[in-house]
Amino acid sequence: MTALPTKKLEAWRYTDLRALERLSFGEVPAAAVPDLPAFAGPRVVFANGRMSQALSARLDHAQDFAPVQEHGPQSLAHINAEQAQDGLTLSVPAGVDAGALLMVSYNAGEMPFAAHLRHRITLGANARLMLIELVKGDGVYWHNPVTDISLHDGAVLTHIRLQQESAEAFNTTLIRANIAAGAGYEHFTATIGAKLSRTELHVSLLGEQARTDLNAAQLLRGEQHGDFTAVVRHAAPNCASRQTVKSVLADEAHGVFQGRVEVAKGAQKTDGYQMSRALLLSDHATMDIKPELEIFADDVKCSHGATIGALDAEQLFYLRSRGIDEPEARAMLIHAFLEEAFAPVTDEAAHGLLIEAIGKWWTTP
Amino acid sequence: MSDTQLTPEELAGQKYKYGFTTDIAMEEFPKGMSEEIVRLISAKKQEPEWLLEWRLKAYRLWCESVEPAWAHIHHPPIDYQDYYYYAAPAKAAPKSLDEVDPELLKTYEKLGIPLNERAALAGVAVDAVFDSVSVATTFRETLAKAGVIFCPISEAVREYPELVKKYLGSVVPQGDNYFAALNSAVFSDGSFVYIPKGVRCPMELSTYFRINARNTGQFERTLIIADEGAYVSYLEGCTAPQRDENQLHAAVVELVAMNDATIKYSTVQNWYPGDADGRGGIYNFVTKRGACRGRNSKISWTQVETGSAITWKYPSCILQGENSVGEFYSVAVTNHHQQADTGTKMIHIGKNTRSTIISKGISAGKSNNTYRGLVRILPAASGARNFTQCDSLLIGEECGAHTVPYIENRNLSAKVEHEATTSKIAEDQLFYCRSRGLSQEDAVGLIVNGFCKDVLKELPMEFAVEAQKLLSVSLEGSVG
Amino acid sequence: MLEIKNLHARIGDKEILKGINLTVPTGEVHAIMGPNGAGKSTLSYVLSGRDGYEVTYGEVLYNGVNILELAPEDRAAAGIFLAFQYPVELPGVGNANFLRTALNAVRRKRGEPELDAVAFLKSARAAIKSLQMNEDFLKRNVNVGFSGGEKKRNEMLQMALLKPGLAILDETDSGLDIDALRIVSEGVNALRSPSFSALVITHYQRLLDHIVPDVVHVLAGGRIVRSGPKELALELEARGYAGVEAA
Repeated sequence: MTALPTKKLEAWRYTDLRALERLSFGEVPAAAVPDLPAFAGPRVVFANGRMSQALSARLDHAQDFAPVQEHGPQSLAHINAEQAQDGLTLSVPAGVDAGALLMVSYNAGEMPFAAHLRHRITLGANARLMLIELVKGDGVYWHNPVTDISLHDGAVLTHIRLQQESAEAFNTTLIRANIAAGAGYEHFTATIGAKLSRTELHVSLLGEQARTDLNAAQLLRGEQHGDFTAVVRHAAPNCASRQTVKSVLADEAHGVFQGRVEVAKGAQKTDGYQMSRALLLSDHATMDIKPELEIFADDVKCSHGATIGALDAEQLFYLRSRGIDEPEARAMLIHAFLEEAFAPVTDEAAHGLLIEAIGKWWTTP
Repeated sequence: MSDTQLTPEELAGQKYKYGFTTDIAMEEFPKGMSEEIVRLISAKKQEPEWLLEWRLKAYRLWCESVEPAWAHIHHPPIDYQDYYYYAAPAKAAPKSLDEVDPELLKTYEKLGIPLNERAALAGVAVDAVFDSVSVATTFRETLAKAGVIFCPISEAVREYPELVKKYLGSVVPQGDNYFAALNSAVFSDGSFVYIPKGVRCPMELSTYFRINARNTGQFERTLIIADEGAYVSYLEGCTAPQRDENQLHAAVVELVAMNDATIKYSTVQNWYPGDADGRGGIYNFVTKRGACRGRNSKISWTQVETGSAITWKYPSCILQGENSVGEFYSVAVTNHHQQADTGTKMIHIGKNTRSTIISKGISAGKSNNTYRGLVRILPAASGARNFTQCDSLLIGEECGAHTVPYIENRNLSAKVEHEATTSKIAEDQLFYCRSRGLSQEDAVGLIVNGFCKDVLKELPMEFAVEAQKLLSVSLEGSVG
Repeated sequence: MLEIKNLHARIGDKEILKGINLTVPTGEVHAIMGPNGAGKSTLSYVLSGRDGYEVTYGEVLYNGVNILELAPEDRAAAGIFLAFQYPVELPGVGNANFLRTALNAVRRKRGEPELDAVAFLKSARAAIKSLQMNEDFLKRNVNVGFSGGEKKRNEMLQMALLKPGLAILDETDSGLDIDALRIVSEGVNALRSPSFSALVITHYQRLLDHIVPDVVHVLAGGRIVRSGPKELALELEARGYAGVEAA
């Protein structure tokens, strides 16, 4: 197996996979049956690394899984390619609005095991899809999915992820997207589960007027480690990218945000924006932020911002002076803090799922 | 000055005294680094045993380390064995201004450098080119009255060995990084400043005035200590491009501020940047660091970096004392094929420590300009504050501007804010200026100076005026 | 009834309040005037329970209960309302959500039934109308992007909904134009009743033209140095604080 990346690599300076390396993985156990949320539309369900035909329903535009050729630089993608035996291969024809699709990845077993899924999603010109991805499980496992996305001219993919892995799980997610002219990739990840997780996105804006929104909320507690890493490459002129990442860290949680906006030579009129805010709720929570700009064109508008701080004492007192209990006042402020990252998730079903998950986060101890 | 410029004859004369068995001294000076060279340098400077050991430790650490590769700079591999580390034989200096590159002279004229100083800057071999002797004398008397020590570091090793021994390497240890190790092994000379308790240094200290510090060579070492309640403002460099035969520079600057002390360190770096096609130019690898050891201490770095083919430099503050303050104000301009990778580190250790970072990068031509910074808040730094603002301005479509900040927070009550923007000079700004009668280049100069205002205002007045001119000169030919 | 007995308080090492004695009987409006730095804002924060103010001696009874032991939200539920000198901005928190959460929290603690969304909107709209405010107030984030006058009106709106027994107005008049001043005064005056009292903290006499106090106190150097009828305010306006402090 290809070796895991180490902290010596600049891209991995804040996330340490040694705990993962120490695990020894056994056979993938028989698939367990997850609870599925009420969802009216089509769905595809993966259990322990395999698609469950029984649980999946009304899946259009899907194709059979084909073996993976991997040429990318990420070693996790090579490990995935060596192991992956299944995944969603979806190709929405040009001009088709495929509506919303629910994808559930569930892993559960008594002994540690690894699940490597390889998803490939292609949208033809002007096609549309909303992919709602639920990631969850029970027990100790390593979930290492790779999703390759290709959007042709004018296509729009809305991708909403809710990561609620088991408390002992490792999640390393790699998403790579190539966006053609006039196409848009709208991404939102809520990171709530896993002992250690890393969501790594590489989005290339390859044609004029391509755009991407990469938003995330990380809610971490206990000794959780959550890493959101996003690289946006502006390879064509007149493209736009927007990133807003909010992290809320309690107990001894460790949050990481690494973002890089690359503007290639000739990618004039690029509009790039990146904002990372972290809220620390405990003395022992830590946050590392590395927002990079790498710019090789002069007529661009790029900015980034980062803040790290605690809840504002003034605001807390103001709420309490109006009769609101401290826990509720804190919840209100945390919710308000997350609001900006959530705002782009306009779909009611997806929004509902997120609100429910986040509501649970601070009401359950 | 002459310490590092010994003749072969002088060298030979000292050979016996220190029992060296080498006979290279009779010949040309050897190129390259070796333990022998380190011993030779120490011996020539009649250094005490501890300092020789200190240098040798640095040399061993240097041998064990590798040149860092993380910076956003590219250059052919440096062959460290192809340099002179000790009293490099001087190339024939120009005999008069007629032999000096006319481009250099034109620049002096534009910067308004007085005629009699131009020769000195250009390295013309003439004695007492300007009335420095009397300046230096009054200067020394005033400082002595205040109890301020300001001398070459080699002199300080002899005259104030306890102070040097106590503080040398206490901020930048020998093994800190590859270039610091190199400097520690072979440093030639540099400045030593000690401001006693409660003393406000009566004047701005500057290497420019300290004539015997000129030609301190490629491995300069500076150590400044401000004792309790002391204040000093130190100016480094010169606004005019200096003629320099050394391609590789690796300086180290260490600052120590005790309780209630303030050190303000201003630099204008304008070494030779190479020609318009990227040939030649200085490689400038500098380690600058200040320790705010005492409560309420303050270290403020201001730099205007316009020169060198490569700049690798991160003036930093270690904020140990409660309520201590670190500041970094930087303008870095790159044109043609220049590469700058510069920024700062603010390490918050003590309670209620505060830091401010204002960085303005301007890239033109085919240059690359990177801001690289670290803000680290350690668990004990309750109430720490950092504010960072990094702005990049791009002129032309073949240059690069990069921002690489690292923000690491380990404390709940700390507050860190970081903002960065990238923009170009707007056509309408240029047009507006030109419609009011400014030339294209004057308009660029005006706009760039406006962009840098927050940093330039931190410079001492006379320095700021020259720095402004320098910005315009550096960007000549970059627009239109 | 509010009874402040020999109240001493400090911020860090600095003692600000040095023995305040003051009684505001239910149904009365008292004004506290005084020079800058007298301790006026400190008094209002100590009464409402803000962190960072340490009471070193004395007690504050509200309707017989020592409120210094209560959390800020419990003081609010007990009926104490502080109108802030500088109302705080809450980005991301909608005004309607904020008002309803606060109102229901207070009602719950007072043993009153909570209001559902419809009932809340009805009472909020009525209050908005009486304060001559625009209804889009409810949709905006709390105080974010509000003008100085709008922020003060928002304080009055909250007060109208929470129906306190004791309102503390901390220099609510600072930075208000004459129209806004009128609205703030009307907001307070509308609540005046035998069961409502108010402590109006101000530097200037002009607010007291609109909210006519029963008693005027002068706070200087951390103590009440003089008390008197409403005419005292006019005297202070004419002669300044210097004379009063000396007396």
